[in-house]
Amino acid sequence: MADTAIPEGLLGADPDLNDVEALNVRVLTPFQMAWRRYWHHKGAAIATIIMTMLLIIVIFAPLTARYGINEQVLKIQEGNNVYLSPRSIAWMGTDEIGRDIYSRLIWGVRTSLFIGVTSAILSVIIGTTVGAIAGLRGGVFDDLMMRVTDIFLAFPFLVLVIVVRAALGNLPWLTAIIGDISSIRFLIVLFAIFGWMGVARLVRGQVLSLKEREFIEASRAVGASNTRIVLSHLLPNSIGPILVALTLSVAGSIIGESTLSFFGLGPQPGTNSTSLGLLVELSSSGAKQGNWWLVAFPCGALVLLVVCINFIGDGLRDAVDAKLDTGK
Amino acid sequence: MPSWIQVSEMTDPLLCLKDFAVSFRTPNGDVQAVRGVDISVAAGEMVGIVGESGSGKSVTFLGVLGLLPKSARITGSATVEGLELVGASNRTMRTVRGKKIAMIFQDPLSALNPVYRVGYQVAEMIQAHQQVSKSEALTRSVELLDIVGIPQPKVRARQYPHEFSGGMRQRVMIAMAIANDPEVLIADEPTTALDVTVQAQILEVVQRIQREMNKAVVMITHDLGVIARVADRVQVMYAGRVVERASVNDLFAAPTHPYTVGLLNSLPRVGQERLQPIPGRPPNMLRPPQGCAFRARCPHAAPVCAEKLPELQPHANSMTACVRINEIDVAEMSGITA
Amino acid sequence: MLRFIVRRLLWLPLTLLLVTFLVYCAVRTGWHPEQTYKRSNPRATREKVEQYLAVNGLYKGWGGYVRGYFEWLWRFIQGPDHWPRSIKGRALVYPPLRYSIFNTLRLAGIASILGISIGLTVGTLAARKPGSWFDNIANTGAFFVGAVPAFVSGVILQLVFAVELGWFPVGGVYPPGHQGFDLLLMIKHLVLPVTVVAVQVIAQYSRYMRASLLDVRSSDFVRTARAKGLSERNVLFRHGVRNAMIPVATVLALDVGQLIGGLIITEAIFNYPGMGVYFLKASFNGDIPQLMPYLVIIVTSVLVFNLIADVSYALLDPRIRLG
Repeated sequence: MADTAIPEGLLGADPDLNDVEALNVRVLTPFQMAWRRYWHHKGAAIATIIMTMLLIIVIFAPLTARYGINEQVLKIQEGNNVYLSPRSIAWMGTDEIGRDIYSRLIWGVRTSLFIGVTSAILSVIIGTTVGAIAGLRGGVFDDLMMRVTDIFLAFPFLVLVIVVRAALGNLPWLTAIIGDISSIRFLIVLFAIFGWMGVARLVRGQVLSLKEREFIEASRAVGASNTRIVLSHLLPNSIGPILVALTLSVAGSIIGESTLSFFGLGPQPGTNSTSLGLLVELSSSGAKQGNWWLVAFPCGALVLLVVCINFIGDGLRDAVDAKLDTGK
Repeated sequence: MPSWIQVSEMTDPLLCLKDFAVSFRTPNGDVQAVRGVDISVAAGEMVGIVGESGSGKSVTFLGVLGLLPKSARITGSATVEGLELVGASNRTMRTVRGKKIAMIFQDPLSALNPVYRVGYQVAEMIQAHQQVSKSEALTRSVELLDIVGIPQPKVRARQYPHEFSGGMRQRVMIAMAIANDPEVLIADEPTTALDVTVQAQILEVVQRIQREMNKAVVMITHDLGVIARVADRVQVMYAGRVVERASVNDLFAAPTHPYTVGLLNSLPRVGQERLQPIPGRPPNMLRPPQGCAFRARCPHAAPVCAEKLPELQPHANSMTACVRINEIDVAEMSGITA
Repeated sequence: MLRFIVRRLLWLPLTLLLVTFLVYCAVRTGWHPEQTYKRSNPRATREKVEQYLAVNGLYKGWGGYVRGYFEWLWRFIQGPDHWPRSIKGRALVYPPLRYSIFNTLRLAGIASILGISIGLTVGTLAARKPGSWFDNIANTGAFFVGAVPAFVSGVILQLVFAVELGWFPVGGVYPPGHQGFDLLLMIKHLVLPVTVVAVQVIAQYSRYMRASLLDVRSSDFVRTARAKGLSERNVLFRHGVRNAMIPVATVLALDVGQLIGGLIITEAIFNYPGMGVYFLKASFNGDIPQLMPYLVIIVTSVLVFNLIADVSYALLDPRIRLG
């Protein structure tokens, strides 16, 4: 029997059948999805909170530190300063000259974080540029870059660092620009030199895989220039892994700075600042003398910092990975 | 009752699914991918399972073989030669997989292990179920490669999957599948990843094997062309249910479900000016709709369609899940083009 | 395949030359020969300094570098007896170098073998049941171990087990003044440093293996293997692990290449006279004749194992070999 009325199915189709909203599934932007995924990662969430608190304490160091960086806890007349165990006037004890470990730790972490973040940012800038060019252009530049970084990255890290540090530190024209071998500036540049390669390879990989994707072809078909493609398409899609690399780079710098200080090759920034690495260096002698607070607090701070940064990196990786996945 | 339905119910079906259902546990709730299907396949016949992506056609048979991820919950019954597979132990399943039921997958490049030679991979299938020596298995695998039409089988057996073309790789998959002479062959979209010209060849191989070895074959596809070419009977699936069951001729000549009509109409025709897709999208299986799942896209939908989940009922020579089949002219969908 | 290896082998000598030259330049720049010599021999006369510079081909200027390099290279090739002598009292370079190599091979070798085998096993077991308690513990453990820098764990272990508890010696290969070979004593001295290193290696390799295996397990050919009716164990090893090993093996080869450089941090903490400590001392003194052979050994090892890594990748993955 022919149904001559207007088919009911087409008009006023049952609204809650296929209506996405009715299912309470909101459509989220990729950024929002990544944000959600990040906070889902419990470790990253806790770590971010801790890091934020740390950052606040550290940035407002003049306010939060109880003493100046070289200030002794007690005036000499008032009593012995040296190697005091933790107590009310010095929450984390004092060092060999009687300075408050707690305050110095704050100043030290500030310096080390500064080193870490600055060198990481530098690494990322250099690495992204080189990696993007290598990925896009290909050819000899790409081959050369891959080979060079291959070999560089294959060497034992510490050996390389020590040799390069010595060589660069003795080049007068270089030290004039980036500072003396024991300065903080020098260290930042040193870490950046080692850091950019990993980032470059990462970005290159990203660019290579994205290059072949259809949306790039589509952009070209619409007439977008190379620069535009890089800036508006490739980079935003690579932000994820770059962020992760940045985070891990910071952690790496912090550990690197401590390791160098352990061997006495760290920054010797003079009497007006200190670094986490220098404070950690105290731990080896402190351990042998039985001054446990010299070991516990600096090493504890170091481990806390690195663990938090690693968790954040992990969270970022989670947040970002699925975003790059097609579907699923 | 049409004669052919009686016949296929008289011959014992080799593979028999009754009220088979699969749902996946996800953080957002249960996704009901398959919501109770009855399918049976007898020896010597090729049953086509046709449906869109997401209709549950692949999930059904992956579930039968127990190849779904751990988040899958399977209920209902699936028997092969009388042996119940739902809830069977892993041990039991291992005697079934590759031996009683063999599966041919969609993308042979990713379905074959890239680091082993092709001959070895076929031989592995043989050795999994037969007590033969390695050399015997390898010899047999060369024979199998020959059966499926791979030239120079002895040489090719020593090559790796990436050295084969797409069509040849799929032949290897087929050779692997028939290695232990299984009663049932399940081909999951075997031609989707292939060129059109190669598709025909592969279908020909599968059909030849079905006829010569009298196997029960399940051909899962979204391509009606494939169905037309090789299937004997067809089951149309939508949103996890079977909505029409018919012989292949009846399906094309006299479809009995609006969805089938929609599918047929959406095939591009020579001289047709505009394409006729089915409006709308398949439903979200997280909260499947009440009643007939197709009603949102069906031009014949009426309040009765929302009442309960429609069961298959006979109509003419086929079975249909459309409750309004007797009230409407299903083919009237073509009138909506205006 | 053979062509691939041959091609890489041909490049090797050239690369070696280039890199060692760069190393030479870096070392010459980094440790000013005159200054370092004078620091080590404060009472040396002008003549002695000149003689030292001349004997070791330490010419100044760009051309001098190149010339110095080739002179050095010539002497190097002729064997350890011809190598320039240390700036400290003109001692031979080779014997302490050899001693260090053996010590390092012992420490690094044992730690690596233990670490890699345990690590791979743990990773495989963790990937078998992702999300299980074992997996979670393994993952968290690896995470924390990776986050704690080597010297922190080393110092703490030393503090706890050697100083406080006294179960193990504080360092060295043997107790000071010990002569001769004593297996038990050697083992006692090795326990702590090996533990520090092995734990790090385990953490690393379990993560690699787990990630790689999880990746492979979700691939189609594993499903095919299961569809063949193979046992879970066969599926896991013959298809899962076999394929997952490919990237892991390449990393392994690269890691081994680095071993000969010594485990600087661990050796320093435990006063273990291996290649790491050798390098540290040499670099502190700016002892170029000591530094160069050490660096050349490292460079050679790294480049050779780089080649091995590439070759093993091709061996394990036929797509690379023939593709």
